[in-house]
Amino acid sequence: MDKNKHFLVGIFNDQDDLLHGVEDIRKKGVKIHEVFTPFPVHGLEHALGYEKSWTPKAAFMFGFLGTCLAITMQVGMMAIDWPMVIGGKPYLSIPDFVPVSFEFTVLLASYGMTLTFLFVRGYLPHSVPRIFDIRSTDDKHVMAIDLANNSLSEEQIRSIVKDAHAEEVYRRDFTDEENEGSFLKYVVDLFTNGVTRSSRIAHHR
Amino acid sequence: MQIVSEVREPLVTGGKTHKDVTEDICKQIEGAPAPAWLASFAASLLALGIGGYYLGDLLWNGIGKWGLNKSVQWAWDITNFVWWVGIGHAGTLISAVLLLFRQKWRTSINRAAEAMTIFAVICALFWPIAHMGRPWIGPVWAFPLPNTYGSLWVNFNSPLLWDVFAIGTYFSVSLLFWFIGLVPDFATIRDRATSKVSRLMYGMLSLGWDGSAKSWMHYESVSLILAGLSTPLVLSVHTIVSFDFATSVIPGWHTTIFPPYFVSGAIFSGFAMVLTLMLITRKVYHLEDYITIEHIEMMNIIIIVTGSVVGIAYLTEFFIAWYSGVEFELYAFINRSTGPYWWAYLAMMTCNVVSPQLFWIKSIRTSLTWTFVLSIIVNIGMWFERFVIIVTSLHRDYLPSSWTYFVPTIHDVGTYLFTFGLFFTFFFLFAKFFPVINMAEVKAVLKESNSKMYRARRTLVNEPLPTIEESVIEKEVH
Repeated sequence: MDKNKHFLVGIFNDQDDLLHGVEDIRKKGVKIHEVFTPFPVHGLEHALGYEKSWTPKAAFMFGFLGTCLAITMQVGMMAIDWPMVIGGKPYLSIPDFVPVSFEFTVLLASYGMTLTFLFVRGYLPHSVPRIFDIRSTDDKHVMAIDLANNSLSEEQIRSIVKDAHAEEVYRRDFTDEENEGSFLKYVVDLFTNGVTRSSRIAHHR
Repeated sequence: MQIVSEVREPLVTGGKTHKDVTEDICKQIEGAPAPAWLASFAASLLALGIGGYYLGDLLWNGIGKWGLNKSVQWAWDITNFVWWVGIGHAGTLISAVLLLFRQKWRTSINRAAEAMTIFAVICALFWPIAHMGRPWIGPVWAFPLPNTYGSLWVNFNSPLLWDVFAIGTYFSVSLLFWFIGLVPDFATIRDRATSKVSRLMYGMLSLGWDGSAKSWMHYESVSLILAGLSTPLVLSVHTIVSFDFATSVIPGWHTTIFPPYFVSGAIFSGFAMVLTLMLITRKVYHLEDYITIEHIEMMNIIIIVTGSVVGIAYLTEFFIAWYSGVEFELYAFINRSTGPYWWAYLAMMTCNVVSPQLFWIKSIRTSLTWTFVLSIIVNIGMWFERFVIIVTSLHRDYLPSSWTYFVPTIHDVGTYLFTFGLFFTFFFLFAKFFPVINMAEVKAVLKESNSKMYRARRTLVNEPLPTIEESVIEKEVH
């Protein structure tokens, strides 16, 4: 995550306004840092020009690993390490190994993919998010534009975002401390200064 | 913002805005517990305590305390296992299968149904562990760990071992799916929390979720793949449970229709349990706008379908028992319906085959009282189905001198009560501390579902659709 400090925040009320707004703003040459929404807005990833998610590939690779591990385990235990006649069946009875191989494939694919997603995106119990506007988990769509990343002036961007039907546009500056997002500091701050103070950090207006 | 259609009821009624959704769901978590909640929670703890006493006695003295005998070696333990695991099928069915089929009505009920799934599977897992008698050495019997209690490794030819993997995977994956769904809602609660402890706890549970567009993109993809993986999983679980019986050579058990028949029975009982719990939650938490009559009607329609499949399976089994010409098989079925356990067979037939047919009548399937009563009747029926399959096939074996009649003891009843206590304790804790409705998903369907209906209504009454400038709704076409 980049450590830039100065952002312009645009608040959108409606998801359709947001989608059109994102298109208009990008057409006018403004680079959008990220959009935060309370629920998945379909088509937003296309409007922002993101590449397709890599998660299906991760799921396939972990699933394939699961199948291989399960087959190796069963063949190794039943046919190589300790062969035994059970109910007159051959040592290597492949049809009997199908259910466990299937279950293990599903298990590894699901956990592998999901945990990779969480790790890669930094969603862990001790993560402290950098929240632009606290209403983004309630009912508003929040667009963040990094001022250092754009050649246009703050005033120009402000008017472009306003023209794109943003309800509100305001400047949001982060301190170094907020950008670091240390869990320890967050907890200490929460318990010494209370919820109102730490929520003011989160919703700094 | 909402457009109310004349064609059909919207998914969420009462003209709710996104803000209202947050308020309505979060206030249950933020407020003090309702007296009704406290009373129900105390009752479940009581059941847990009484059941726990009998469970402790059972573990101390051994499973001889159950009413099992030489002929009936499996009775309430495996009946209750299959019953609970069957109930645990609806949650994943609602969240995964209905997600794949793009059924938007699932959004208000999936959270509680998934929670119910997880708790029911915990109760189910309890039974095989308890019936080991010495559960502390269970891991070496159930998991592929080298041991000296028999053969070196577990037996991968055994359906009982497949069951370990199936139920274990099902539980783990359902838990993951449920938790991933909860993460954005935990973030909502975190950002509203006013107490230090809840801000910290929900903050940690939310994994620092910020709702960025890129994360939502991956998140949606993860959910869809989890749904795709869970769909064959949920079908495989009850298939493998049915293999516990179907791969044996016991007349009445080794039938090839068991897998589909068990799966539809599981969906049938699972939906019934979802209805029982949702009707109570809806009433106590005033969620009438989220869980509408239409949701209930949809679930009742699934109950008619699966109930009829189960009914046909009962008749097919009987027909094939006669048509196969195997006299042992035929005797098992005649004994089932007219033998000493005729009353259980009658209870099964009435509750599972006859009673759900009442839902063909629209006024019954849209009536809350009827739905509630029938949902309980269905689950009683499904319990009897498992009891009939298991006990009636065992109690008269090949040697008439060992024919017996199984009678449950207080320890059978006590351990069953323990699982009820466990299930409801978990469910009430969930209902108090976790959002019972998936807020993020409901917010996402608020507008979309209504605009589609709006278009449908306009087309139906031959009104021209408004041009793009006129209508905010039509912007959605993009």
